[in-house]
This record gives sequence, C-alpha cells and structure tokens, in this order.
Amino acid sequence: MSNSCSCHAQLTPDHLAEVDRILESYRGQPGSLIQVLHKAQNVIGYLPREVQVKVAEKLDVPLTRVYGVVSFYSLFTTKPKGRHKIHVCAGTACYVRGANQLLNKLEEDLQVKPGDTTEDGKFSVDVVRCLGACGLGPVVTVDDDVYGRVHTGKLADILSKYDKE
Amino acid sequence: MSQVMLTIDGIQVAAEPGTSVLEAAKKAGIKIPTLCYLEEINAIGACRICLVEVQGARTLQTSCVTPVADGMVVRTNTPAVRRARKLNLELIMSNHPRECLTCPRNTNCELQRLASELGLDEIRFAGDTPPYEPDRSSPSLVRDPRKCILCRRCVSVCEKVQQVSAIAPQERGFKTIVAPAFLEPLGDVACVNCGQCALVCPTAAIHEKDQTAEVWAALADPGKHVVVQTAPAVRVSIGEMFGLAPGSVVTGQLVAALRRLGFAKIFDTDFTADLTIMEEGSELIKRLREGGKLPLITSCSPGWIKFIEHFYPELLPHLSTCKSPQQMFGALAKTYYAEKAGISPDDIFVVSIMPCTAKKFEAGREEMNGSGRRDVDVVLTTRELGKMLKEAGIDFSALPEEAYDDPLGISTGAGVLFGSTGGVMEAALRTAYELVTGDTPPSLDFNEARGLEGIKEASVDLKGTTLNVAVAHGLANAREILERVKNGHPYHFIEVMCCPGGCIGGGGQPIPTNNEIRAKRTAGIYSADRAMQLRKSHENPAVQALYQEFLGEPLSHKSHELLHTRYVPRSRY
Repeated sequence: MSNSCSCHAQLTPDHLAEVDRILESYRGQPGSLIQVLHKAQNVIGYLPREVQVKVAEKLDVPLTRVYGVVSFYSLFTTKPKGRHKIHVCAGTACYVRGANQLLNKLEEDLQVKPGDTTEDGKFSVDVVRCLGACGLGPVVTVDDDVYGRVHTGKLADILSKYDKE
Repeated sequence: MSQVMLTIDGIQVAAEPGTSVLEAAKKAGIKIPTLCYLEEINAIGACRICLVEVQGARTLQTSCVTPVADGMVVRTNTPAVRRARKLNLELIMSNHPRECLTCPRNTNCELQRLASELGLDEIRFAGDTPPYEPDRSSPSLVRDPRKCILCRRCVSVCEKVQQVSAIAPQERGFKTIVAPAFLEPLGDVACVNCGQCALVCPTAAIHEKDQTAEVWAALADPGKHVVVQTAPAVRVSIGEMFGLAPGSVVTGQLVAALRRLGFAKIFDTDFTADLTIMEEGSELIKRLREGGKLPLITSCSPGWIKFIEHFYPELLPHLSTCKSPQQMFGALAKTYYAEKAGISPDDIFVVSIMPCTAKKFEAGREEMNGSGRRDVDVVLTTRELGKMLKEAGIDFSALPEEAYDDPLGISTGAGVLFGSTGGVMEAALRTAYELVTGDTPPSLDFNEARGLEGIKEASVDLKGTTLNVAVAHGLANAREILERVKNGHPYHFIEVMCCPGGCIGGGGQPIPTNNEIRAKRTAGIYSADRAMQLRKSHENPAVQALYQEFLGEPLSHKSHELLHTRYVPRSRY
C-alpha cells in the first residue's frame, strides 16, 4: 500500500517526544483516553499503531479499547493526511447536486479513494456531511478555502492553486 | 439493608435494593428470556430480548439493567412485550447467516433456541452483512464474525474475568466487529487461547479449531499406533454431551468409548499428573533448601503460561520448569512407552482429550519436542470428542465401564485432583508432607485449597516448616496474586489455573459452563479422588517403575530432557 512508506515519513522522533510529553500528565488515567488521542492526533495528524500502543501503555488501557475508540469516531484517523486536505460535502443538498461525480473525478485524477492520501502525500480526500453552505452546493473545501458550486470541470483549476509547494 | 417489594406478573417479590428486575424475577421463578446477559459478568441491555413492561414507564425496559424499586409493577408476558422481543430477535437474525445445519453450534445455539422459544416464524428483513471473513490464524480458536451478534459476552469475559482484553468491539455501525486491535489476526496478538470466549459465545462466532478430521485420518491409518490420553476434568464433563447430569463421573465409559473409536491404547493424563507432583514437588523442596527462586508457581495450565509470558515476563523465573502433564505424557509416550512396547516413535500418534483450547497451542510450541519430534500430535477438546462419539454412533451412557491400559494409564486420586482449582496444590501437599516430614499427613483432604473462591491462601505446617501457599483461578485473580508477589508477599508455593474453577471450567468443556455446573463438576472430581485406592502421587506404582526403569530419580538429567521446559518472554502488543 502507498500508506506504508508515507506514514513513516511523517512520524518523526520530535512527534513521538511530544506525544510522550502529553502522555506524562495523563499517566494511569484511563478516563482521559479520548482527550489524549485528540491531543496526539493534533501533534502528528493521525494515530499510527505505535502511538496507540504508547497511549495504551501510559494510560493503562487495553490496546483493543484504544483502537476501539479510534476506529469508532470518524474524527480519528490511522492514516496520514496529505499536506492539503480536500473535503467534499456529501450532505443532502450537495449530494443531489453532484457530490458523487466530484468524488469520482478526484479518484480518477488523483488516484485516491475517500479517506486516503495520494502517493506523494500532497492531497488527502475525505467526505464530510453538510458544511452548512447548502446554497452553494456542491461544496468542496481545501484546507481553509471554501469553493462553492463546484463541477468536475472546475476541480483541476482549484487543485492547481496548491501546486506551488 | 431493607428489601424492596415489587410485583412481577401479579406475584409479590422481595428483592435486595440494587438488583435487577431480571434477577428478581429469576428468584421468583419467572423466566425472562435473555441473550447478551451473562450472570455477574455482562449486563448491558444491548440485545433487548429481556424487555418487560414497567408500569408508569414510557417504553419497554431491558430487565437486565433495570434496578428494582419499591412498589414497582412489572409485566413480563404481555402482547407488547412478546411482539417487541420477537421483532428484536428478527432484527438480530436479519444479518445472521442461516447455516444452522452445518454450523458447529447446531442444536446447541442460544440464538436457535430463542428463535424456537419466542416462536419466530418469519424473518422479514435482509440486513447488511458485515464484510468480514473467518479468522483461522489461532491454533486454538476460530473467529467467525459473520455469526457474531455483538452481544459482547466474549469481550466482557476476556476483559473482566481474564483481564487479557485480546478482543473488543472495533469500528462502528454495520462494520462493527469484535476483534483484536487493528483487526489483527487472533493468532498474532496477546491472546492466551483460554477459550472462555468460546464458552460464553451464544452462537458459533468464536469456537474451537476443529481437529477431529486429523484424528479420524490417524485412526484409519494402519501404519499408525494411535494412543490417547484423557485429562482429569474430561471424565466429569463428557457425560453432559450425552444428556447426563453435570459432574457425573464417567471414567469407565470414557475409556470404553475411546476403545470403540479405535485407539490402540487408552492412557490417562492423571499418570503424568502424578509424575508432575514428583518433579514439581522435588523442585519445590530443592528451591526451599537451596535458596532458589520463591515462590514457585505451577506451570500446568498453558493459558496461564502464555498470560505470564505476555503480561509478567519479569516473573518467569518463578515458574516451575515442569512441562504440563499433557506434554510430559507426549514426551514419555514417544520414548519410554515406545521402547517398552517395541514400536518406533515415528509410528506413534498421540492424541490428547483436553477440557482446554490452549492445549492445542501448547502442543504446537517449539519446545514441546522432547522425544525429538512433536510429542503430542493432536489435541481435541471435550466438545470435539463428544462430536466424534456422536458421529461414530456410540451410545455413551449405555457403555460398560472399562479400565485404562498399562502403564501410562495408572494413576492415583492425587492425579485426578488436577482437574479442579486447588487440586495441584492439594496433590502436592499430600506428597510434600511425606517427603519433608517422613510421616503421613493428618488428613489427605486439604480443604483450604478447595472451592470456587477466586484466591485461596493458607499456611501449612510441615512439622516445623511453614509453607505459605496460595491458589488462584481465572486470570484476573492470577494477576492479583502476581501483584502480591511483586510486592514481596512471602509465599512459597502458588497454584494458578487459567480458567475459573480450574480445568473443569476450561474453554474446551461442554456448553453451557456456568458456576452451578462448575461446582457439580468439582464435586465429581473430589468423588473420583475418594474412589481411588491410592491417593498420593508418590505411591503410584507405575510412576515408581518409570523412575526405576527409565528416568532414574526426580530432576535427573533425563527428567530434565523430557519433562522440563523453558519459557519465552512475549510482548503485550
């Protein structure tokens, strides 16, 4: 899988040291699991196995429980995210106005399925439910930029703005 | 505390505050159907089969998690209740594979029984089926997530009773699966193979790895000399597979049944249980006299061994180096017995009948080749043997009682005690007392070691030498004992059994196994002990002959080669 290489590339010793620092203040507190996972993901961008093992060890929670929480909440991800995060809204309004075509087009152009990251680590694609901008549907966001009334023809233009880095 | 009074189906019922409506009803003789509920272990109101009407409540209530209240009026059998239970069962069945006829739990499945008892007459919904395949990676257990109804009974046993937490609910919604973290194969994670999950699974979502085909093949092979050993606990449980009362001692019928299946020799693990006492007892005395690592902890239970390897590797030097009786048997069958019988060990095929799923793993351990080859070829659980006997058309309860073969079938009452929690301790003390003091113990029954209490402790006076001993069964209790050891509690000798109740409650035993049944099987073990002429391991004439003819003495070089082993520190993750 393309993920196996990019995830190690993204998990640095600095990240792990920062996670260790966070965990130190929660040692032996199983009740803080979600909070700790949230903080760890904020540091690294995702929750690789290695980090979940650390959390399990320090909080004294079985690893099965840690992964149970990580796999339950869509907020948590075990896959590294791209440098730019594309979100396609598939709420009712966006859906009926062609969100699926956008996802198909992205899959075709970037060779990436929703939830995954491109091989070069540049883009990750996720589906979200209702961004609250139904009048602009279908809506796509890239990082903090919001694009309304997107159609397949506009996607290449939008993505090209992120070519520079 | 004063009791609360409530009315269930028009009957006045008194109950302790804090108990559930389900428990109160049970005490009053009113049966409420359940599915995810497991007494004292799992009460989470997940399956919604135990619904009842509570007067004044807006909706039907799950009785397993609804506490009793003073003046409460409960109805367990109204049209609304019956309709809702049936609908909930129908929904559970909507994505359950209907493969009953070919399912390992056919005729012993709680879902099947409920469908019959609740009068389920149609399944109108076709639910989304989870996208998972069976996991056959473990040498002991097969997980079949397609048949899982997500009741979480296995999860709570694994987490609370065993404190292993090898499996838990992962993912969400239709994709929810009970599995190890990262959906890793069960064979690759810190699972101890105890099979308590399989014992409480209402369906066949977790079951033992069926190896009966390998045994049928060996029995049909004229080039193989197929011998079998039976664990102590099997003789008090196999009868349950044929409708006999739990705890019925059917040793003679078991031997007869195995002979009819075609085994060349019917031997007894009780023989090597006696041998274990000789080796382990000598090891204890040696450690006491020479200042070895104390406390000494027993090593018969392979689930327990894997537990300490994963979770307390730093305490491994405390373990007795003795192999389990099953593995001692295998090593001797392919050396001592092969020599005596004049049969090439390569032609001997050793089958074990065990109350245990972890024994399958143990037999496959790299170290278990004392004879220069696999010492034990196949391990069958009590349930698998029951299946074979049924397939062979053997009418178990009509069989005459027959006797075990010489020499590996000769045993004492001490050997049979290994089947129950506290049994190894009691057997060891019977022999240790005599070895240390030179006198017979005042009583052979060592009551402090008996019973289903989780941790049992005693100080035994061996005429001036005090021995602090402890017995634990169920791994949560084992963990507690290990913590005490780490804190320096001055124990000398500890018996640990992986499964609650010891081997009589093993993961390979007939389903159901609950505390009531455990107690009956335990009583069976003690009555089997009392019925034996010899009740002390060192008096076993076949064991004495084995030392004279073959091993020399306990802890001899040859004993070490064949009967002792080493352990492997393993990771928790």
